[in-house]
Amino acid sequence: MSSTAPVAGRTRGMGELIDVPDKTTVLAPFGTTLAELGRERPEIVGLTADMGRYSDILPFRDAFPDRFFNVGMAEQNLISMSAGLAKVGKIAYCTTYSVFVTRRAYDFVAIACAHSKANVKIFAGMPGLVNGYGATHQATEDLNMMRGIADLTVIDPCDATELQQVVRAVADIPGTVYVRLPRGRVPVDLDPDSYRFEVGQAKQLRWGGTTGIISTGYMTARALDALSVVADRGIEAGVLHVPTIKPFDVASVLEFARGYERIVVAENHKTTGGLATLVIETLFDAGLLRPVERIGLADSFFECGSQEYLEAKYGVDLGRFVEVLTSSRT
Amino acid sequence: MTTPDKGPPPDLDALHRHAYALRRTMLQMAAGKGEGYIAQGLGFADCLAALYFGELRHDPARPDDPDRDRFLLSTGHYSIAMYAALAEAGYLDRDELPTYALNGSRLPMSTFDDLPGIEVVGGSLGQGLGQAVGMALGLRLDGSPARVFCEFSDGELDEGSTWEALMSGATFDCDNLVALVDCNGIQADGPVTVRIEPVADKLAAFGWDTVEVNGNDLGELTAALAGARAPDGRPKAIVMRTTPGYGVPTVMARERAHFVRIADGEWDGLLRELDEHYGVVAHV
Repeated sequence: MSSTAPVAGRTRGMGELIDVPDKTTVLAPFGTTLAELGRERPEIVGLTADMGRYSDILPFRDAFPDRFFNVGMAEQNLISMSAGLAKVGKIAYCTTYSVFVTRRAYDFVAIACAHSKANVKIFAGMPGLVNGYGATHQATEDLNMMRGIADLTVIDPCDATELQQVVRAVADIPGTVYVRLPRGRVPVDLDPDSYRFEVGQAKQLRWGGTTGIISTGYMTARALDALSVVADRGIEAGVLHVPTIKPFDVASVLEFARGYERIVVAENHKTTGGLATLVIETLFDAGLLRPVERIGLADSFFECGSQEYLEAKYGVDLGRFVEVLTSSRT
Repeated sequence: MTTPDKGPPPDLDALHRHAYALRRTMLQMAAGKGEGYIAQGLGFADCLAALYFGELRHDPARPDDPDRDRFLLSTGHYSIAMYAALAEAGYLDRDELPTYALNGSRLPMSTFDDLPGIEVVGGSLGQGLGQAVGMALGLRLDGSPARVFCEFSDGELDEGSTWEALMSGATFDCDNLVALVDCNGIQADGPVTVRIEPVADKLAAFGWDTVEVNGNDLGELTAALAGARAPDGRPKAIVMRTTPGYGVPTVMARERAHFVRIADGEWDGLLRELDEHYGVVAHV
């Protein structure tokens, strides 16, 4: 193994608030929205497995201490207790990190929750490559795992605008939901006055050009940012944002794909088992045999470091999007 | 346990008759199937009789009553006993019992919660008690008088999630929660292998108000259940020492078998053994 010199930058602390230059941000959009919703809906309870601070749920705890339960570092029990609360009429919003709820508590999500269509809403922090603590804390296969569970809704919100709407929307749909949770200072990329999240619906956000980007989570924001960067070169592309991974909006994906010569899929996840795989399945099943380019992570474990360092190293940063767009065959 | 609520004394004769009926029903359900979790069911029948015909506040006509007491069977493979109890209590039509474990039946080998009277999916061991803790907390938030009773087995104490739930039950002061620990000494590969004893001492050390009883003695069981009514801020645990196959000597003799196989010609003999155990002279 060759020796390597450290590069500039450092791993950030788990609860560190990270500035987002040039963007409006909302602080703790999940917890503040849940606290508002909790006032309207007394059946909502909150739980965490020792990740209250790091999942932004503390505004709910502070508003409703009697309706909040910190179960300690026990993710299986977090999910079981949430299921039990749901089965006596509560809507249980629970938080931990994506890695722990998916890898450790999978059977409990499948059987205690999804199989019973229990009203458990799992908000899973640090999804994908947004954490510098290495593979132990980077949930890079969570969409793949969770989409494998029947009767589970899986959502990867883009930004603060969408997350705030998701917090409310999932209270109105029955059953178990897994939501990838952005925390801290969460950027506003979608216009709160015009954007409307709907469970199971993809939304087209940009039109034009011959390249169509199908993306989920904050990779949609990155696609929009990249289009701004290349706009003065006259480059345009379509962007279809797919926040709901399951149930998958097959019709919108097909309609979108038919309108573009070149299809690029972008996700904060491995390029196998997640959105790209879903898109390929969808196109293949419809007889639409097209190459699909993928922006995402390799089938690997990833190292520690700052988010900027990791994203550049593993090819999911803004530069990668710009590179893909400027190599467009338009 | 301290200061139990006063209630009418249990009619032990009636409970014995129900326990006998449950055991007889189980043997009839299993007959012809050749196999099943009959040993565990026979061992657990007394607890089910004490619950469904004594301790539980429930109404088979209103299985969704929000204020009903909940009984969670964590060991879903005890389903044969559960269906016998649900039929005896009036949740199930007896005519449906012969469908046990048949293809397309509502009464599969393991319990699922789409059947009225079944509160949780029970087959993946280690998932029951955590859900019971959540139910107890939710009912307490609503000011409901309902209590939650959760069965789990000594083998299930192998699962770390059971201990997570034990800690939560104590941490959140769930005195409306009763754990019924079926210590029958067997698990899938034979005798319980992990060194889990002393179970009662461990549960007490985890903050549970714990008693240990002979789980095949209805007098001891009903006294323990009465004691578990105390609203003293602590969750309750009844550690039940049960004998697999209790009431049927031939099955008891195979007590180290998790999954008993019975030849077709043996079932009538087993029923006669049960009748003799209960002193029934003639049963057509």
